[in-house]
Amino acid sequence: MRRLYTLVCTFILITTGTLTAQDLLQGRVSGNFQLDAQLYQADSAIGAEDVSEAMLMNSFANINYTQGNFIAGLRFESYLNPIKGYDQRYKGTGVPFWYASWQKESFGITVGHFYEQFGSGMTLRSYEERNLGYDNAIKGARFIFRPYKGIAIKGLIGTQRFFWESGPGIVRGLDGEFAINDLLNILSTDLPRFTLGGSFVSKYEPSAKILVNSDQILILPENVAAISTRLNIHHKGFAIDGEYAHKYNDPSAINNFIYKEGRSLLLQASYSQKGFGMLLSGKVTDNMSFKSKRTERGSMLDINYLPALTRQHAYTLAAMYPYATQPNGEIALQGQVNYKISKGTLLGGKYGTDIAINFSNVTSINRDSINNETPIGKTGTLGYKTNYFDFGDELYFRDFNIEIQHKFNNEFKALVSWINMHYNIDIIEGHPGEEAVKANIFIADVTYKFSSKNALKAEVQHLATKQDEGNWMQAMAEFTFSPRWFFTLMNQYNYGNDDKDRRFHYPTVAVGYTQDSNRLSLSYGKQREGIICVGGVCRNVPASNGLSITLSSNF
Amino acid sequence: MKNVITLLLLIFSISILSAQESDKNLRQLPQVTVKNLSGHNINTAELSNDGKPMIISFWALWCKPCINELTTIADVYDEWTEETGVKLVAVSIDDARSTAKVAPTVNGKGWEYEVLLDANGDFKRAMNVNMIPHTFLLNGQGEIVWQHTSFSEGSELELIEMVRKLNSGLPIE
Repeated sequence: MRRLYTLVCTFILITTGTLTAQDLLQGRVSGNFQLDAQLYQADSAIGAEDVSEAMLMNSFANINYTQGNFIAGLRFESYLNPIKGYDQRYKGTGVPFWYASWQKESFGITVGHFYEQFGSGMTLRSYEERNLGYDNAIKGARFIFRPYKGIAIKGLIGTQRFFWESGPGIVRGLDGEFAINDLLNILSTDLPRFTLGGSFVSKYEPSAKILVNSDQILILPENVAAISTRLNIHHKGFAIDGEYAHKYNDPSAINNFIYKEGRSLLLQASYSQKGFGMLLSGKVTDNMSFKSKRTERGSMLDINYLPALTRQHAYTLAAMYPYATQPNGEIALQGQVNYKISKGTLLGGKYGTDIAINFSNVTSINRDSINNETPIGKTGTLGYKTNYFDFGDELYFRDFNIEIQHKFNNEFKALVSWINMHYNIDIIEGHPGEEAVKANIFIADVTYKFSSKNALKAEVQHLATKQDEGNWMQAMAEFTFSPRWFFTLMNQYNYGNDDKDRRFHYPTVAVGYTQDSNRLSLSYGKQREGIICVGGVCRNVPASNGLSITLSSNF
Repeated sequence: MKNVITLLLLIFSISILSAQESDKNLRQLPQVTVKNLSGHNINTAELSNDGKPMIISFWALWCKPCINELTTIADVYDEWTEETGVKLVAVSIDDARSTAKVAPTVNGKGWEYEVLLDANGDFKRAMNVNMIPHTFLLNGQGEIVWQHTSFSEGSELELIEMVRKLNSGLPIE
């Protein structure tokens, strides 16, 4: 800590030392601020607990100072106490993020905290999403070096954020990306464009004794490496992206302390031209959880990122059963087609009609035991054997959805959508033995403009399922008086719950005011957890009952 | 902790000194590397529209109001560019989960914007964007003169009004 601090100060002094006082005065300060407060009312029926503080608050502010090529900044965070749904270990106030950085065309250095991603993130991604309480910022040092047009080399070393502390592991990474066409000075756009890349990431964590039983102690690797290689090809409307990652043996709480190596392959191909687009993608994941602490089970201290190859739904009921990648093993396939029926045709009308179809399917991988005596996945062994593209029998997730959007005239536009989903609640949410949720979701969303700046938006959503909590219905009306005001009325109704006493309504009223980039919104009512979009902004909110206030500003 | 406080004070004192000067000293685009849809690395500090106003709009595939905003503007974009010369740069903050879907979706909708991919949110953070949609307006010198968060039907009229004001040399409130 002290050494890093000295390093940062020296760095600031050296870089600012080369500037005159006049230069310093010409720097710019910018930042943002957000405060979320919630006043709670207990509602034992829907499961909203009594909160002894009565009010909880999360807030943060970023302040950045920029002077030419020099940038420094920090983030203040305060959770007094953390809003329900956030990890209670965030409780407190402090400055968990600060950095100084010097960026030139050919090189850049950052000391302090930073975020980074190598390729698609399969070996390394440091990322934050404040509204979800997710932050695995790396604290240490990073360089980026561009010695020649088309070459970018990145290197980094550091520890990862763990609430108000750092995790026990040290992460080291090196990444190179080579734009072949730039290197060979091929300027023609008639030729395909190739980009090659590769990463090496290694974590160090001091050895520890993990007792399997009274007579077996695991010997754990202190250094674990992961390597990956990637290729991107772009040619006119075509794009192909591929990345393969391999991780050496990494026994952890997530994989039940097996010594098997991990691997992941991602392939995506797309073609598009004006009015038409399509995408096909596939991904195999096998034992690829990579954390800088072996015993961590939660969402903290991730070194890599394993994106789910499924559509991220924006409508509330469609987002009720969201899929998350199973890091221990899955095979995912996805396809999407976007098409615009041209303006001036029978079906296109005056403005055209947008159609989007998306399909995704995720299954388990097939696992065989390593020998006759060892059960699959046994702690302290090589775990299991598996082949590539060997689809397992178990369906984790399937989603077929179609969305049609049409603008009838200047006043009236509509969107309809149908989603058919299969959600393996046993695997995804860890509810052993529970039957998979098979749901049909229908959405209708219409907007009527009663003057150029005032509009009414009405939304009806219906989710039909025989499993979990049964059928849901949601209706919403939103009045907007642009660019300042919005008012929203919404109700969710779990009318199909098998348990007649649990057929709850979740009504909410909301009002918001926006002036430029300052925004205040208030909402009162009951909320389920999920992505909520009101008054023009989307974010993820936890379950609650009561009054919530959000204040957001940017300067 | 003490060290952090000293560091804070250091940065704050620099900030305060500079804040006094910043009135006539408008912020420009930070230097961040993002990708465009043909796989080129783009330095955001070099984004320009040949001395004409430029709109930078942060969006994502999962954000309905963002799609709404960009669809609404797409209907009038030809008229906007013809009248004012303005260019819209749509910065997708979709992460690795959906970056490959951006090009098919943008083309499928027939949008004619310059689209950039900010997969790890580096540009978003450097611009201090909290919530999306978040729209910035830059003058011909590349200075950020106005910004707005959220979208509701008709907000686009305020945006183009600002562009017109810029073009006729009127002050932006």
